[in-house]
Amino acid sequence: MTNILVNAPKTAKPGEIVEIKALIMHPMETGFRPGTNGRIIPRDIIEHFVATWNGTEIFRMEMSPAIATNPFVSFFAVATESGTIGLRWTGDKGFLAEEQVAITVG
Amino acid sequence: MKTIRIALGLASVFFTTFALAQGSIDKRRSGYQDMGEALQKMQDDDTANPGMLFVQLGEQLWAKPAGTANKSCADCHATGSMKGVAARYPAIPKDADKPVDLEGRINLCRTANQQADPLAPESRELLSLAAYVAFQSRGQPIAPPSDPRLGPFRAQGAEIYRRREGQLNLSCAICHDDNAGKKLAGVTIPEAHPTGYPIYRLEWQALGSLKRRLRNCLVGIRAEAFAYDAPDYVALEVYLMDRAKGMPLEAPGVRP
Repeated sequence: MTNILVNAPKTAKPGEIVEIKALIMHPMETGFRPGTNGRIIPRDIIEHFVATWNGTEIFRMEMSPAIATNPFVSFFAVATESGTIGLRWTGDKGFLAEEQVAITVG
Repeated sequence: MKTIRIALGLASVFFTTFALAQGSIDKRRSGYQDMGEALQKMQDDDTANPGMLFVQLGEQLWAKPAGTANKSCADCHATGSMKGVAARYPAIPKDADKPVDLEGRINLCRTANQQADPLAPESRELLSLAAYVAFQSRGQPIAPPSDPRLGPFRAQGAEIYRRREGQLNLSCAICHDDNAGKKLAGVTIPEAHPTGYPIYRLEWQALGSLKRRLRNCLVGIRAEAFAYDAPDYVALEVYLMDRAKGMPLEAPGVRP
């Protein structure tokens, strides 16, 4: 169970530009840091973040080890039809987290 | 229109100076007021404030049974019943003779009522529970209890606050009373009011307790930090909360 906070408008007018903000709890371990035993802590980051609108991809982001712990992503989309905005984070060690928010356009 | 505006402006200037002369304006500043606009917005937006992730986790842990008693926090404490609690800790629990801070109180409840092992200091579980409890007091003024037994601990805290320590031979008061508002390596020295704990500090990239902040400061003046269970921290917390009496809680705070 991953903790996620999403901020997206519940309603929008057709053609309106909406901002979608997403925050997720994740260590984003770089893979460059030595642990207390002197050994390198294995990399554990989110590699990809993908947003879909009714299943159609609208935003994709490739994350790097330089991105901070608990990454916050904000992006814009043009509201065309009512439906579901799907957010999906995938990463190292088989990490997978998904969240969906409903939006009404009209 | 312009005249009205000028008149209003003059009136507000008059009232501000009048109030200042009366000494009724609180000049204490929360660290929040000294941070940049971007960070203030980050703290204010509950979906951008990373501390809120821990509040969410704390809420989940609150409902999760633990220990041999197999009871959750929610089994005894109704939702929202923690309002104002964080504003009055550290306090001396019933049947005890020493004050405990919020994290200490959570662990007391865990060992006594849930019959579970205490959570490790600075563990994600303990901080999340503390954040969930503190969040319910957001906006409430800090209100230390009037318990007379707290007096000696407050005095001890005040003594630690003014005691010079470490290789740099500094006390808390030298920076946070005498030089607050000035710059230390480009950063504004805050007045050290514990208004937002547990805080999400960007430098830590994690949530941290007031204790962690105090340890941080002790290391900064090149002093040896007290052990995690040392009563000195709680005494200092008692003093700091009294010093910040009346200031609104803003947990979970975001700090640089």
